[in-house]
Amino acid sequence: MISYVEAIEHFEPVIGLEVHVELGTASKMFCGCATTFGAEPNSQVCPTCLGLPGSLPVMNGAAVESAIRIGLALGCDIAGWCRFARKNYFYPDMPKNFQTSQYDEPIAFEGATDVVLADGETVRIEIERAHMEEDTGKSLHVGGATGRIHGASHSLVDYNRAGIPLVEIVTKPVIGPDAQAPEVARAYVAHLRELLLALGVSDVRMEQGSLRCDANVSLRPRSGGPDQPLGTRTETKNVNSLRSVERAVRHEICRQAELLLAGGSVTLETRHWHEDTGVTTPGRSKEQAEDYRYFPEPDLVPVAPSPQWVDHLRQTLPEPPGERRARLAAQWGFSELEMRDTVGAGALELVESTVACGASPQSARKWWLAELSRRARAEGVELADLPVSPQQVAELQGLVDGGRVNDQLARQVLDGVLAGEGSPEQVVTDRGLEVVSDDGALTAAVDQAIADHPDVAAKVRDGKIAASGALIGAVMKQLRGQADAARVRELVLQRLT
Amino acid sequence: MPETPETTGPSISRADVAHLAGLARIDLTEAELDHLAPQLSVIVESVARVREVADEDVPPTSHPLPVTNVFRDDVVRPGLSADEALAAAPSVEQQRFSVPQILGEEA
Amino acid sequence: MSGDLLKLTAADLAERLAAGEVSSVEATQAHLDRIAAVDGDVHAFLLVDTEGALAQAAEIDRRRASGAALHRLAGVPIAVKDVVATKGLPTTAGSRLLEGWVPPYDATLVTRLRGAGLPILGKTNMDEFAMGSSTEHSAFGPSHNPWDLERTPGGSGGGSAAAVAAFEAPLAIGTDTGGSIRQPGAVTGTVGVKPTYGGVSRYGLVALASSLDQAGPVTRTVLDAALLHELIGGCDPLDSTSIDAPMPDLIGSVCNADVRGLRVGVVRELGGEGYQAGVRARFDESVGLLSDAGAEVVEVSCPHFDYALAAYYLILPSEASSNLARFDAMRYGLRILPETGPDGGVPSAEDVMRATRATGFGDEAKRRIILGTYALSSGYYDAYYGSAQKVRTLIAGDFEQAFAQADVLVSPTAPTTAFRLGEKLDDPLAMYLNDVATIPANLAGVPGLSLPSGLADEDGLPAGFQILAPATADDRLYRVGGALETMLVDRWGGLLLDHAPVLAAAREVSA
Ligand SMILES: [Mg+2]
Ligand SMILES: [Zn+2]
Repeated sequence: MISYVEAIEHFEPVIGLEVHVELGTASKMFCGCATTFGAEPNSQVCPTCLGLPGSLPVMNGAAVESAIRIGLALGCDIAGWCRFARKNYFYPDMPKNFQTSQYDEPIAFEGATDVVLADGETVRIEIERAHMEEDTGKSLHVGGATGRIHGASHSLVDYNRAGIPLVEIVTKPVIGPDAQAPEVARAYVAHLRELLLALGVSDVRMEQGSLRCDANVSLRPRSGGPDQPLGTRTETKNVNSLRSVERAVRHEICRQAELLLAGGSVTLETRHWHEDTGVTTPGRSKEQAEDYRYFPEPDLVPVAPSPQWVDHLRQTLPEPPGERRARLAAQWGFSELEMRDTVGAGALELVESTVACGASPQSARKWWLAELSRRARAEGVELADLPVSPQQVAELQGLVDGGRVNDQLARQVLDGVLAGEGSPEQVVTDRGLEVVSDDGALTAAVDQAIADHPDVAAKVRDGKIAASGALIGAVMKQLRGQADAARVRELVLQRLT
Repeated sequence: MPETPETTGPSISRADVAHLAGLARIDLTEAELDHLAPQLSVIVESVARVREVADEDVPPTSHPLPVTNVFRDDVVRPGLSADEALAAAPSVEQQRFSVPQILGEEA
Repeated sequence: MSGDLLKLTAADLAERLAAGEVSSVEATQAHLDRIAAVDGDVHAFLLVDTEGALAQAAEIDRRRASGAALHRLAGVPIAVKDVVATKGLPTTAGSRLLEGWVPPYDATLVTRLRGAGLPILGKTNMDEFAMGSSTEHSAFGPSHNPWDLERTPGGSGGGSAAAVAAFEAPLAIGTDTGGSIRQPGAVTGTVGVKPTYGGVSRYGLVALASSLDQAGPVTRTVLDAALLHELIGGCDPLDSTSIDAPMPDLIGSVCNADVRGLRVGVVRELGGEGYQAGVRARFDESVGLLSDAGAEVVEVSCPHFDYALAAYYLILPSEASSNLARFDAMRYGLRILPETGPDGGVPSAEDVMRATRATGFGDEAKRRIILGTYALSSGYYDAYYGSAQKVRTLIAGDFEQAFAQADVLVSPTAPTTAFRLGEKLDDPLAMYLNDVATIPANLAGVPGLSLPSGLADEDGLPAGFQILAPATADDRLYRVGGALETMLVDRWGGLLLDHAPVLAAAREVSA
């Protein structure tokens, strides 16, 4: 395949993103079933979300409220009156064979949001709409070699996810960013995550599917000028990590460019992203696309948010992420780079909470971005999912600041906390990890080390201060690391100089 | 009385019926297609008269009563047990609904 | 003794139960015996729950004996149309697709019936998914009209109407999407009420057309209808479209029925051509009686009612095509496994859906699903579904105008008396015309009641009188219906049904 650079030489990419967000409500969109992730199959279902004959939907008010807040946070207008519609198509994971969704009357429309790229540049993404709908069930394809649909002999369906509230956020075509299109796609999704997290409307876990992204890509030849129509687009489904968003868009730009340069044409179609191989493959072609036969959902009454309600919700919006970041950076004295890394690591909230619990901003940043990030990576979990709280991290830093543990001991304390042995204080006590601060004990250990290493001691006495390291090491070893190395050094030099 | 009623809707061909049956996921026999096409044409021609009075300035009514904003509190309510949910299923495996192979979504 | 019990109205039976003159087990058993005797001919029931009904009856007798406070209808047995979900009792909606399906939940109205202690005798026959006006589209064979077994009891709720008319049950539940309670009521000499849309919860009714469906009482008297309506009606948090306001006093309206000074509007468009002479004669007589009783009779015009049938046969199939999509062989109901897919390979989920729906749906269901799919499909939506919704607005406007001139509107319920089985089976348009007078109420959501107005001279079969009221003013139906019924019963010297022929099977049993 041709290189990205070459593709961009010939074509201007246009992207569009459709993001599905699973709302974090306790119950489903239209019934009282729980939404807990990972429950036993078909244990969170009822007549309504199973689509049993006779069942009816009733709207979850909290989900509507979340949808309005998302719309407001994206700068959208909120519909004064809108309805749900039925999107009719047959699919086994959809219990009624129609999805209750919104069609031409979305709850929120015509917004814009500013996304900051890695290099600090700001790109404005215009939002076409944000609408409410329900999720489908989940199929397990069995009998095939790969667990994929292809080659499977049959499928097993779990409807626990069916009916979980979704908000679908659709951008207008993003034309500006040109060569940076893949980065913009990624930054937009990262920005949405941050915003949704700040709104508290979703846990936005891409790996669990609570935030799912479809990426539309089309190309326009550079020779055609700025007023030419958009090229034929493809829609790449279920790109479910930030990294994949960027990779999938980049791949699709290259693939389409190669096709067009070879004299071919792009097919209007749905494509599937393959994380492992980094390519997209064709799915349903839009020519064979279903006729969805939308019509207003008669079982639900229209939603007509009063201006008072919308105003009230506007007042509950959190500070916009950009402003918040700027405020925190100033407050904490972080450089632009430090701030960007903190956000990138998904540690902003964690650092903020840790600082709120009494740690200095720099120490909090250091813990979360270095030691803890390393451990999260090793465990393959999200930083926030490590079994350690900001409160505990702040407490641990307090022990270091008070000289009660050194850095090395602190890491052992952390091991204990992560192993569920209790608070840092508890771990220090139970594991006996406190540094030896009794000068008598330290002096005895120093004297022992000098006696054990007379050659080294002689060198230090002769002014080779650097040689004292070996003596300090011996003392630390003798005390099993439970000493303040600086104090040991002081004592060694006191004795020998 | 409405003037110049345009009562003739497009009649429905056999191919139309086959296409619609595809959308509705119903296999129709040749005999059914033969029978339904003229029958539906007659019905459609008859119901097409709604267009005589459906002027642009008439708002459509989707719901018989003008009620809005009926919401439920976000509270979990007991639903069905998995056994109850699966009791009527034609086929069950691993506590899931077993369905024949699904085509067309993923290549 | 049991003969007496069968002829009692629900209100009278309730009184005897309360007085301890008869037990619910006795009353229930009497009706089960009657079903055993005549239902072979009438075929009102798809399922009779002998054990369950008697157990409920025994339970209510026990509670009564313990001195518990009971609902007025406690112990009075009832038949439920098979479109209503009943936990533990098969619910088929008259379709092969649901044959043997046992719902894991109760419809809200069933919860209310059980709560009030009405033993459920069984599930009544109906046109498949309530699509029809004769009960001939039931996958399980037609019901027969007790007045003439060669004729239909109307539809789609022919089973409920026939059960009540044949004294197999004192009460029944029906559903009315375009007249399926009122039209069977008219042709069987029974009383049927379609409440205001949202007056009775739809939760648990296998949906036909969601914006039109309403459940309601099927009874032999107006008072019985009021008693049952008050029991099943009222707001239900499980149905977003149910009305969140107190119901008017329906029972009181029957008891104090008085039409003096009431303005009764005769709808010009619901009469005349296409209406059988005998039906019109009985209608005119009833209007005369109301006038004699002090009502002010006016003629009103509802010009857009002429388009109601057309709008209805676009809206109903459209909504139905979507509501019936869930019958796909994946989660419940019939599953037909073709041997191979179209390409000779293993059949896919989609192949199974197509085959199952081809086998499971009857002709009328297929006809309406295809019609609805057409009306909603891209390029046709505005012309058909969209236009039909506009007609709906116009019809609601007609009602508004008419109700400015009259407190209630009246018409014959159905244009003809019961027609012969098979007569209109393959002539959908002729079949659809049976609902021409009942459909406008469904489109506008207003309530309607049908009560017997007498026998048509031509054929000696019952005719129906329809009363329509503004939305949420269901009490007016009962006020006028109660007054008219009193005058008619006076003239007839009893209920019209007392003049119904004695069923052959019943003769054999009593002989
Ligand atoms: Mg969607
Ligand atoms: Zn549910």
